[in-house]
Amino acid sequence: MSASLLSSLSSRFGKGVLSTHSERGDHTAVVERSRLAEICRFLRDDPAADMDQPIDLTVVDYLSWQGNRPQEERFAVVIHLRSLKHGHRLRLRVPVPESDPVVPSTTSVWKGLSWFEREAFDMFGVRFDGHPDLRRLLLYPEFVGHPLRKDYPIRGYQPTMPMPTLPRGDRVPGSHPEE
Amino acid sequence: MTREHLPMPDLTCREMLLQMGPSHPAMHGTVKLDLRLDGETIVGIDTSIGFLHRGFEKMCEASTWNQCFPYADRLNYVSPAINGVGLALAVEKLLGIEVPERTRYIRVILSEIARIQDHLTAIAAAALELGGFTAMLWAVEARDHYYYLFEDVAGARVTLSYCRVGGVRNDLTPDFREKFHKAAAITERLMVDIDKLLTRNRIFVDRMRHLGVMSAAQAVDWGFSGPCLRASGVPYDVRKDDPYLVYDRVDFDVPVGDNGDNFDRYLVRMEEIRQSLRIVRQCFDQMPEGPVNHPDWQVTHPPKTEVYGTIEGMIAQFELVFRGPVVPAGEVFHSVEGGNGELGFYVVSDGSGRPYRLHVRPPCFAIMQALGDMLKGSMVADIIPTFDSINMIGGEIDR
Repeated sequence: MSASLLSSLSSRFGKGVLSTHSERGDHTAVVERSRLAEICRFLRDDPAADMDQPIDLTVVDYLSWQGNRPQEERFAVVIHLRSLKHGHRLRLRVPVPESDPVVPSTTSVWKGLSWFEREAFDMFGVRFDGHPDLRRLLLYPEFVGHPLRKDYPIRGYQPTMPMPTLPRGDRVPGSHPEE
Repeated sequence: MTREHLPMPDLTCREMLLQMGPSHPAMHGTVKLDLRLDGETIVGIDTSIGFLHRGFEKMCEASTWNQCFPYADRLNYVSPAINGVGLALAVEKLLGIEVPERTRYIRVILSEIARIQDHLTAIAAAALELGGFTAMLWAVEARDHYYYLFEDVAGARVTLSYCRVGGVRNDLTPDFREKFHKAAAITERLMVDIDKLLTRNRIFVDRMRHLGVMSAAQAVDWGFSGPCLRASGVPYDVRKDDPYLVYDRVDFDVPVGDNGDNFDRYLVRMEEIRQSLRIVRQCFDQMPEGPVNHPDWQVTHPPKTEVYGTIEGMIAQFELVFRGPVVPAGEVFHSVEGGNGELGFYVVSDGSGRPYRLHVRPPCFAIMQALGDMLKGSMVADIIPTFDSINMIGGEIDR
């Protein structure tokens, strides 16, 4: 099922799909990031694909990659999708260069990838263009750097922060003993 | 329970901000909700997670494959056995090996026991926070019998570190089956009692029904899985739809709800406990005798007699401990049905003994992001049962 989906993807989007492969039962399409939003929308709406379940989104940093399939770009955004109706799964890989780590957001297609994108931004510094609320998710706003990048040390230390001044809420005058 | 706004012309009303958590008794597992309130009605929720972030994925990149298993136990610490099974299956998929038949059954048995514990904990917490202290004590009592089982087999009650790449640490203890049947009988008796206490309890039902409603289409779009998705009426279960291990050989039902509210999630969990007991009983009947580890010493540790008695055994042990099992370069995604839903492991190897990248797809991560949607228009008090029925686990969502 997914194998025919891969061929229909590459015939429909031409150069938008850089390559496809099926290994160990996982079907993968490497796609051009400029066409990502269009491809996602097609995958969701096309009745033969019907990828309505957003399963996962993450990033891989290939800075120190020694394995097979040498990667041309430093980052790859990896999206896993599933179809509830057909039961097939698909992986999308989106190569992202280090110089311009921006990917179009998929939150307009599947709401469920919203936090996954925030986490990916938090951990790798890959920005998702069009995400409605792209803030750090697991770490605090003052955190310096992106810890899951390969050049972030295992024992990285963070600068100490001054104690934040908490906003004083609006009070009725005279209701608080300090005033 | 949307409140109709009463005409109150003389009162100036404006939104109030209220922080709930991170150390609030009902926000178990640390999570902070920034509530925007209109009176007692919720206008919006900004959920902050990450208070329990321990850098699981970064730590795994610096460890050998087998050293990841203790870390994985600390993901969903309410059902730790499933995490190890999921990680082991992902790595084995990348290695292209099949574990022995007996191990496949052992893993299913442990996963299902962990699921029973997970659901009992979720029900216990929900009951406790809605005032049902007795139901909580009974559920926790039922859960404890399984902790004793785990203690027998793995030496630890919660953090088992029991699964390995290519097998499990050791075989089940000889009296495991007998002890399980005793624990299962106690669980079934306690389930009847909990059912009597909660399912028709007016207070419990009133605070659960028609709250935190998620329609099927919305739930799928938000990436729901597990009991929360099934309560919305979508019969998606990884054990049925993408069967792994021996789930295609056992007979069990997938309960689904109608309304997608908190009460349906509770009912789905109650039924799943019964189904899990059913699965484990069938596994004990089908389980063959035999080895529990893959025979290849490049993947699993050789027996200790070989390690101390032969040079090959010693070298194999040394290589496995220091370099780790060599996993061919590539990437796989494998998901199992965790306590809260689809628990996925995305594993990338560069051909060394350590993961190049290990990513976990925690089920409650996807569900928690919809909390604001589920609660918009509800009252502050409705946060508690809704949050409980999601069963967010801090270790899993923050990693």
